[in-house]
Amino acid sequence: MDNSKRNFLKIAGFSLLGIGAHPLKKILASKEEPKFLPPPKALPGKRWAMVIDIKKCKTDCYDCINACHQLHNVPNFGNPKDEVKWIWKEPYEKVFPGEENKYTAEYIDQTLKGIEFLLLCNHCDNPPCVRVCPTKATWKRADGIVMMDYHRCIGCRFCMAACPYGSRSLNWRDPRPFIKTINKEFPTRTRGVVEKCNFCSERLAKGLMPACVEACKEKALVFGDLEDPNSPVRELLRSHHSIRRKAHLGTMPQIYYIV
Amino acid sequence: MLEKALTGSKKYWTLLSFLGVIIVIGIICYLKQLSYGLGITGMGRDVSWGLYIAQFTFLVGVAASAVMVVLPYYLHHYKVFGRITILGEFLAVASVTMCLTFIIADLGRPERAFNVLLHPTPNSILFWDMIVLNGYLLLNILIGWTVLAAERAEVPPPRWIKPFIYVSIPWAVSIHTVTAFIYAGLPGRGFWLTAIMAPRFLASAFASGPALLILLGFIVRKFTKFDPGKEAFQTLAKIVTYAMIISIFFVLMEIFTTFYSQIPEHMHHFQYLFVGLHGHNKLVPWMWAFVILAVLATLLLINPGTRNNDKTLALACVAVFISLWIEKGLGLVITGFIPSPLEEITEYTPTPPEILITLGIWAIGFSILTVLYKIAVAIKEEVKA
Amino acid sequence: MYDTGKILAGIIIFLGAITFPIWYDAVTGKAATKPEPKIITSEKQCVESATYMRDYHMKLLHQWRDQVVRENMHLYKGIDGKTYNISLTNTCLNCHSNKKDFCDQCHNYVGVNPTCWNCHIIPEEKG
Repeated sequence: MDNSKRNFLKIAGFSLLGIGAHPLKKILASKEEPKFLPPPKALPGKRWAMVIDIKKCKTDCYDCINACHQLHNVPNFGNPKDEVKWIWKEPYEKVFPGEENKYTAEYIDQTLKGIEFLLLCNHCDNPPCVRVCPTKATWKRADGIVMMDYHRCIGCRFCMAACPYGSRSLNWRDPRPFIKTINKEFPTRTRGVVEKCNFCSERLAKGLMPACVEACKEKALVFGDLEDPNSPVRELLRSHHSIRRKAHLGTMPQIYYIV
Repeated sequence: MLEKALTGSKKYWTLLSFLGVIIVIGIICYLKQLSYGLGITGMGRDVSWGLYIAQFTFLVGVAASAVMVVLPYYLHHYKVFGRITILGEFLAVASVTMCLTFIIADLGRPERAFNVLLHPTPNSILFWDMIVLNGYLLLNILIGWTVLAAERAEVPPPRWIKPFIYVSIPWAVSIHTVTAFIYAGLPGRGFWLTAIMAPRFLASAFASGPALLILLGFIVRKFTKFDPGKEAFQTLAKIVTYAMIISIFFVLMEIFTTFYSQIPEHMHHFQYLFVGLHGHNKLVPWMWAFVILAVLATLLLINPGTRNNDKTLALACVAVFISLWIEKGLGLVITGFIPSPLEEITEYTPTPPEILITLGIWAIGFSILTVLYKIAVAIKEEVKA
Repeated sequence: MYDTGKILAGIIIFLGAITFPIWYDAVTGKAATKPEPKIITSEKQCVESATYMRDYHMKLLHQWRDQVVRENMHLYKGIDGKTYNISLTNTCLNCHSNKKDFCDQCHNYVGVNPTCWNCHIIPEEKG
């Protein structure tokens, strides 16, 4: 190559380096002390779980469902196809399929008066939904909560296919027109992303119990830290036999039912 | 070589225009889907994957079938496949393009598709699916183009293409192994939780893909001066025969395991498919059509007389393709969701926009196929002259 | 040269199109007005300096998003040493509640359409 062309390229290269130095200066000059801080009043739990004492539940009571769905701007599309739900009720044979026959059903029908069971995301310890998500839009937090990042979800619905409990809902349409009263303290979601119960992580950060737990007048929902041997959830699990949905699949669900 | 696609007979342009109209209609419907949301389709909370993913699943098999001509020709110097290899590779290109387009069409937020690259998640099978599908597309474009260009220049293909050809062989197997893994690793979906999901995919791929290739070869032979050769068709026909028999055998294996073990959750899916469940029986006629077509196809293929006759062979290939499309394209994906994990039955019917988008994407695939085949055939005719 | 007429016509059309932003205002007098975002906040200081926010508010919002959602860090130490609750609707728009006269002024001018508002609620304008 001709000498002057070489020089030109050298100068051009150095100039580019020089232009690149400016953002580098900004990075190096940044402060050292942390700018992001954990929430100070957050509930100190290491492994969150919920125990549902179904005997305390009342038929035709939807307080927990209404509290959750109102707080989190969960839309009501009015048809089962587009339905979005974070917490809902189903009869025993749907919650524990294959467990029932007509003799055992007498306990549910007559002793429990046909009570329906509450269903929500189980926040499994070995969640198949987290395993399959291609963008880590859903992941398992250190404190046990299976979280959703609605900004990152691409709406592939692999997590919906993977969940053995039917806990997840896609927004098949824009949810905004279908939210009766928008709670301004919490965002809505947009069409095309999957959502589910988040164990009220935003309330836990403020030192509050999940909305469903607080709303239940019968105290049927008990939320607590499994790693604290004195927590209410541990006390209940110690003193009562409990069952979980499809535990044999190895998902290690963390919603325990006292039947 | 692209200039070969810009000149053609009236039939060529009519075909492309016809496909173009279907594509435009599909695009209009897709724009509607983008603004309304995926709710415009028949999918819902219970059946959350539908026609798009089912087409993608089926077409992965068709794409992988290119290996059925590449392997004998390049690895074992089976000269009979000399002329048909390029048709197989270009069929793979068109099929994989359709697969990727179906995936994009199915996304709730397609503008975020790049997140899969920005946040690589190796524990997710979709991550690997993205890698193997795009890799296979690039491989086949590269190989097909290079070999064709060499043929045009009447020189042997360059030596550096050989490693790519060899890699494309296990890579073809990988694309539907990985796609099968999407289904076969989900603990909550008993219908899909079978170790032979990937083998089933392979077997039906090697039946449906070569069957389509035979039909496409017949069409090319009819409308152009290019003839892949009677022997090539016959070898492919034998491959389709054995792959079809193995496919049917695998389905029967599934049925035995399910019904001999008598596990209700597993039986319910097959009952829904073949006899209906609690009055829900939308897929029953389809599945019996699959059975009849599959048996018909197998009989036509096993019998050497009907296999050697081009007309009955074509009929058998149509039957193979349609029956396996029903089994993989409809039966497999949708039935995984019926009944739901709560043993609820929500049936699925695709909506008109969904069907039009699907047809639009098929038309995209066939357009790519038409253009690529036009180039290949034109070059081969030019070389012959 | 072959097709001189067509080529020259093509070049003239191309030049006209590519210099469109330059001559459109001179010809039609319909320049877009310079954006004038209005600050009606009671606070005198944002979480960072105005120059920083002007350049990097989107980058800051991305950091905020990832820190809250993914790391469960809900507080941000601002340039003034104060700790702020990280929230687009409840912190940023609490002060800058006049989205139409503040955020939208520049966004509309440069043709930017952030999709945040699909989910994050815009509080009622306070005058």
